[in-house]
Amino acid sequence: MPHPTRFGVTPRMLHPVAWWVWGVGLATAAAHTTNPWLLLLIVAVAGWVVMERREVGALDSFRPFLLIGLFAIALRVVLTIVLGNGVPGQVVLVDLPQVRLPSWFAGLRLGGAVTLESVVAAAIDGLRLATTLACLGAANALASPRRLLRYAPATLYDIGTAVVVALTFAPALVDLAGRVRAARRLRGHSGRGLRELARLAVPVLEGALDRSLDLAASMESRGYGRTAVRGRRDRIIGSVLALTGSAGTVAGLYGVLSSSAQGWLGLPMLGAGLGLLALSLILGARRDARTAYRRDPWRAPEWVTCALGMLPAALLTYAEGDGWPGITLIQVPLDWPPLPALPASAIGAALLVAWLTPVPPRLAHARATILPAQLEPA
Amino acid sequence: MTEPGAIIELRGVAVTYTGASRPALRDADLRIGEGELVLVVGPTGSGKSTLLRTLNGLVPHFSGGTLTGSVVVAGRNTREHRPRDLADLVGFVVQDPTSAFVTDTVEDEIAYGMETLGVEPAAMRRRLEETLDIMGLADLRERSLRELSGGQQQRVAIAAVLAAGPRVLVLDEPTSALDPVAAEEVLAALHRLVHDLGYTVVLAEHRLERVVQHADRIVLVRDGVVSALLDPAEAMALSPVHPPIVELGRRMGWSPLPLSIRDARRRAGTLRTRLSALGTGPSTGEPTAPSVAGKSADSDAALVNTDRLSVRRGVVDALRRVSLKIGPGSVTAVMGRNGAGKSTLLAALAGQLPATGGRVLVGGAAPERLAPRDRVRVIGLVPQDPDLLLYADSVAAECQAADRDFGAPAGTARALLARIAGPVDDDRHPRDLSEGQRLALALSIILAGRPQVVLLDEPTRGLDYPAKRRLVGVLRELAADGHAVVVATHDVELVADVAHRVVVLAEGEVVADGPTNEVLTGSPAFAPQVAKILHPLPLLTVADVTAALDQAS
Repeated sequence: MPHPTRFGVTPRMLHPVAWWVWGVGLATAAAHTTNPWLLLLIVAVAGWVVMERREVGALDSFRPFLLIGLFAIALRVVLTIVLGNGVPGQVVLVDLPQVRLPSWFAGLRLGGAVTLESVVAAAIDGLRLATTLACLGAANALASPRRLLRYAPATLYDIGTAVVVALTFAPALVDLAGRVRAARRLRGHSGRGLRELARLAVPVLEGALDRSLDLAASMESRGYGRTAVRGRRDRIIGSVLALTGSAGTVAGLYGVLSSSAQGWLGLPMLGAGLGLLALSLILGARRDARTAYRRDPWRAPEWVTCALGMLPAALLTYAEGDGWPGITLIQVPLDWPPLPALPASAIGAALLVAWLTPVPPRLAHARATILPAQLEPA
Repeated sequence: MTEPGAIIELRGVAVTYTGASRPALRDADLRIGEGELVLVVGPTGSGKSTLLRTLNGLVPHFSGGTLTGSVVVAGRNTREHRPRDLADLVGFVVQDPTSAFVTDTVEDEIAYGMETLGVEPAAMRRRLEETLDIMGLADLRERSLRELSGGQQQRVAIAAVLAAGPRVLVLDEPTSALDPVAAEEVLAALHRLVHDLGYTVVLAEHRLERVVQHADRIVLVRDGVVSALLDPAEAMALSPVHPPIVELGRRMGWSPLPLSIRDARRRAGTLRTRLSALGTGPSTGEPTAPSVAGKSADSDAALVNTDRLSVRRGVVDALRRVSLKIGPGSVTAVMGRNGAGKSTLLAALAGQLPATGGRVLVGGAAPERLAPRDRVRVIGLVPQDPDLLLYADSVAAECQAADRDFGAPAGTARALLARIAGPVDDDRHPRDLSEGQRLALALSIILAGRPQVVLLDEPTRGLDYPAKRRLVGVLRELAADGHAVVVATHDVELVADVAHRVVVLAEGEVVADGPTNEVLTGSPAFAPQVAKILHPLPLLTVADVTAALDQAS
């Protein structure tokens, strides 16, 4: 039975597309600023919402993504220390011995002076990537990609298979790697170090591949891809539209996300790509023989979630283009970054979804009945 | 066309995989009638899975290779119909349900097949509710698939193919990985589908003691040769692989062979009187080793010594205050349902998981403090999936690597393998070996380090009876050499054969601990077949019975 919550909303799962729009919106906002305060704020918002709205038993992908992000920051910094990143700094931290490279290595250097400015710039660059990853991790935890995939148009069937198999492959890989490492220790090895890693690769990849084949066999025998063939031409036209549309959307997104690309690449390209995709969706729906079981409804909370995700994206994109203070920081000389009020509140507003969306049913049930300590499954 | 009454018809089917020199399956001529439960029996690698996979066209459409002859299911020939075109007719459940789940929750998984088949939403909703009820899953509908127990996962996998409305179900070893109670759950559900709803079920299974009494017909497969549909009693009289109940029946010359415990008990009346007249007291059935109870109480001699050991995994107390002493020269079985803490106990003994409370001493030292290099001389663990231990591309290379790993004289592991598994080709890739041979290889690798304590996690999963018999011999030898052997297993027949002592875990606690015949004869779930037939006599295996009879004559 549904449990009424404090806000009188019946517990249900929010439409996965809404969560992904919200997550991608935050990621877009992160891509348009180098202000560490704003970036950290975005991570905090994403983490809070995950804590408030992740369904009991859903995979916690936020944490792994966060860890990968931390790794990205560390890698960025280490590479900058060793190779430099071309930021002309004044505060020299250490002067590493420089290796003379042959002249045809022009533009590369190994060792040399490490400046504070270059290290900070690298760390912030890494942080920006880590924030983007955290937003995607949050979307992942809030609405699993498998749920999202149910809404993919029939035209993308083949790509859909690949995605499902890949989604199984990755976690299986991580799981297997852990078990193989444990088994390695049973043979008296430490399971650490690069040579050990190479040793692990074969059994891990073989095992994960076996599992993926099993999944493919099961999908095949359960009728996957058994669409009524309503003409080869329809299918080809649909596929071509969907593929060009996706390519256009990706290129457009790149244009919007990256500040360095030409302006003309961005919005129009995105628009055209989305248009083509919509067309392929309509065509695909026409030949889709699948039926839907209890699809998630799209109501007010979904609209609100999308809007709250797109708001910081739009504002920061505009602010970066318009050169607002505190959005893109000056790298040299270093200065303590300010916290710009309007962008910060736009990001803060995205946190409201933690209250404005319905609680997932099992979480609501757990909150109503079980002690908080027992919420997490093993 | 199919004959009236037959739903599956195989005519002269032979399968040759690409690159193989001889067919994996040949001479398959079967006509399976509607509403039958057909059991496919054969040693590992005999072609059982290939036979099952021809029924919905996975062979050859998915696997590749050549199929000659014809497979027709309800009038549809697999030559023209791909597995996806047969999805509304044949439901196929793979061996490991977790690797076959497409979605995240129980409800979505069951709906998935119907969605791809384009069932009307209203009909889908109704059918989903019915399927939940048939498989007893209504309470679990919103649960995430990863949180379910093994038996529940297997039932969801069956429900997921059932909801699509097939008339035939094909299952590949549905109970191999399950504890006796969970296996019974799954088999009861299948039994209901056949008897109440008229489904046709074809399944392969190694654990014959669990399924043979449910079968209407049996097909024997040996080296790719498929027998005709046989009457179960008749088939068991011929089959090289057979459960203890059949062995007892053959030994006693019962005809027709009883296949269920009930029938066997009725036949065994005279045998029971004869045995109790011989004065088969509680001590006769005891395995050969000296009294273990006395030994385990002696704490100085104990190789494994845990004192109020607790292990937490995440927020779950996987082990709670477990105190055990295990002496050298004994085989101890750890039993309990899936998730009771068996694997956790072994992992803690092997130093893979740190104790969160209490302590563990193995050979006088705390295992997790030892460096891996020293640890392997004290404790050897063969993990549930022996493939995890194998990295090299040939048997010979694997054995050499093991000798290097453990600093053993060259040839140690190879010699062990020859003793455990008999002749194995040096150049074979470990992955191409049979399940039993892979386990033997993993065991030889671990034993090359001559550990004092040998731990085996679920070693009989996927082993046929001959391979199991060899394993029993090896374990007995190890115990006789003074090793302490600990086996975590669901396999009651193995325990009856080899263990001196049984520890039963439930929710991380020890609920029973004692000599094998006391623990097993007293338990309805864990009693081996012979004990159930001869209850209340304390005899566990056919060997016990023959020994008692021989003693008398």
